[in-house]
Amino acid sequence: MAWKATDIRGVDVEAQETPALSEQTVSEIRALFDRYPTRQAVLLPALHLAQAQIGYLPPKALLEIAGLLELAPAQVLDVVTFYEMYWRQPKGRKLIQVCRSMSCELCGQVGLLDAIKAKLGIEEGQTTPDGQFTLIAVECLAACDKAPVVLVNETLHEKVAVKDLDEILKPE
Amino acid sequence: MPDYEPILTAGVARTDIDVRTLEGYRAVGGWATFARAIRETQPGQIIQTVIDSGLRGRGGAGFPAGQKWKFLPADHPGPFYLVVNGDESEPGTFKDRLLMERNPHLVLEGIAIAAYATRARYAYVYLRGEFHRPYAVMAKAVAECYAAGLFGQHISGGDYSLDVQLHRGAGAYVCGEETGLLESLEGKRGWPRIKPPFPAVKGAFGKPTVINNIETLSCVRGIVERGAEWFKSIGPAHSTGPKLIGLSGHVNTPGVWEMPMGISLRELIEKYGGGMRGGKAFKSCIPGGASVGFLTPDQIDMTMDFEGPRKCGLLGLGTACAAVMDETVEIPRILYNIARFFSHESCGQCTHCREGTGWMEKTLLRLLAGGGDRGDLDLVRKLADSMGMMPGMSICGLADGAAWPIKTAIDKFRGEFEALCAPRRKAIPAPAGH
Ligand SMILES: Cc1cc2nc3c(=O)[nH]c(=O)nc-3n(C[C@H](O)[C@H](O)[C@H](O)COP(=O)(O)O)c2cc1C
Ligand code: SF4
Ligand code: FES
Repeated sequence: MAWKATDIRGVDVEAQETPALSEQTVSEIRALFDRYPTRQAVLLPALHLAQAQIGYLPPKALLEIAGLLELAPAQVLDVVTFYEMYWRQPKGRKLIQVCRSMSCELCGQVGLLDAIKAKLGIEEGQTTPDGQFTLIAVECLAACDKAPVVLVNETLHEKVAVKDLDEILKPE
Repeated sequence: MPDYEPILTAGVARTDIDVRTLEGYRAVGGWATFARAIRETQPGQIIQTVIDSGLRGRGGAGFPAGQKWKFLPADHPGPFYLVVNGDESEPGTFKDRLLMERNPHLVLEGIAIAAYATRARYAYVYLRGEFHRPYAVMAKAVAECYAAGLFGQHISGGDYSLDVQLHRGAGAYVCGEETGLLESLEGKRGWPRIKPPFPAVKGAFGKPTVINNIETLSCVRGIVERGAEWFKSIGPAHSTGPKLIGLSGHVNTPGVWEMPMGISLRELIEKYGGGMRGGKAFKSCIPGGASVGFLTPDQIDMTMDFEGPRKCGLLGLGTACAAVMDETVEIPRILYNIARFFSHESCGQCTHCREGTGWMEKTLLRLLAGGGDRGDLDLVRKLADSMGMMPGMSICGLADGAAWPIKTAIDKFRGEFEALCAPRRKAIPAPAGH
């Protein structure tokens, strides 16, 4: 095949025997087939399910999803690279997403982000060496009346002050 | 507004019942309107009632909802789709979240009635990927509806069948644009489509499709239950019906409340927002999401309805969630924040939008850093005029939304930008022959 997948460590993924997707994930993806008129429409939900299982989307998972949905691997990669929420590299156990849009900036987001950087000792886009935290700035999270807000994995923290950071940034 | 009876948020404050559950929602009369509609009314009658009500879209553009439904071709074999826009990604907007988190069955009943009226067999509800909590609440409500036979095959033993599927986005503002959303729903990158064809003719999966905002559809139950005249009696002409209106930024008590449109921004800030934070002076406001643009200090009496914002030189009412700025705010800084947003979110299909938003961001940053001059300022202002659907230069409205804050900020607060400019650099002589 023309599109040969190697993962970030240069391993030939097609030679890997164990599947990336668990049986459960595969059956959850299949369960969506009759909810949509095309297989391709299942792509976004399938990627969410795979990422929920693995933590990110390694090339092997993308290939398996392409196979399940009868898509070219390039179609899958095209979508993965377009959307912010899909990760092609491993991320920390806690993904710290600090809103950087206008209402949060009006309510002190800049100082908050600086305090988080200092506390974790990393910059935006980085992961702590122990793999606990990844820090990113994101656009408006539609909770502007509670600004500034920080989304940690799936939990939204509202009206966050620097004094709350000890609690929010507790390692797992 | 003591005599105003909440419709969109009816029952959400009650402690004796929980309207998020099917049981609680039924206790406030929920799902009876849908049952009656599919038993006793024809789809065309519902569309006419919605047209008569004057309901306009709450997603940003304010297009009359009933008219949109009427665009569906009469003789198409189907299937038809209803797609619900719960992407809510416009910076400064936080109203659809409230409906999904606090009153999911009202949203779903509106969807079900609208689906019946538009002859849709399937409804897809597209929620932005970051909406974890709204998704959880909505998913529970959808499951309850299936269990109770409100969704599925042959509802209440009749002819009508409807399936409702929640669909999560994955972090891209442009997927809130209706055709970007359709592409995304189909499992592709969210690149807006060239129109025409409009979705009513060729929408999701190439079939006739109606797309409406969450709040728009949440108005439908009330209209069908109580009639067009009742709906029109709420709020000013051209801005009929209940509306969620929000406040963020420099007010004492930010939040989102239901009320008729037509309230002035001043009254909104004083009555609902508890006044300006720290008693500071009002400087500006972006009253409907980042795209609509900035107000001047003396435009504080603008009315929150479909007419008021345009009179103040703004793009429109947008989402009716207002970000308030006090006298301490430096407009160029907030404008840079907004320009960075649009540059980040432009999908890149159209040259003017892709390049324009990028240069706006970079040039504003240079001005803020003290390295810019008046030529830069003029350039950014000129770029803003060249972008968007209005000058015919782009596929979708993202570019107009990127241009409007630039135009209004520079035109209304020019002095602040000029203060950032270094004296004009000596012009570089043009090469010979030019
Ligand atoms: C760049 C862009 C982003 C948009 N984002 C949203 C959004 O997040 N939610 C929404 O309801 N409408 C959004 N819209 C408007 C939709 O394109 C569409 O007009 C709306 O969903 C129609 O529903 P309505 O008529 O009920 O308002 C956006 C438009 C543009 C141009
Ligand atoms: S206007 Fe901008 S966002 Fe819209 S389609 Fe063109 S490039 Fe994409
Ligand atoms: S600006 Fe931060 S949540 Fe909207």
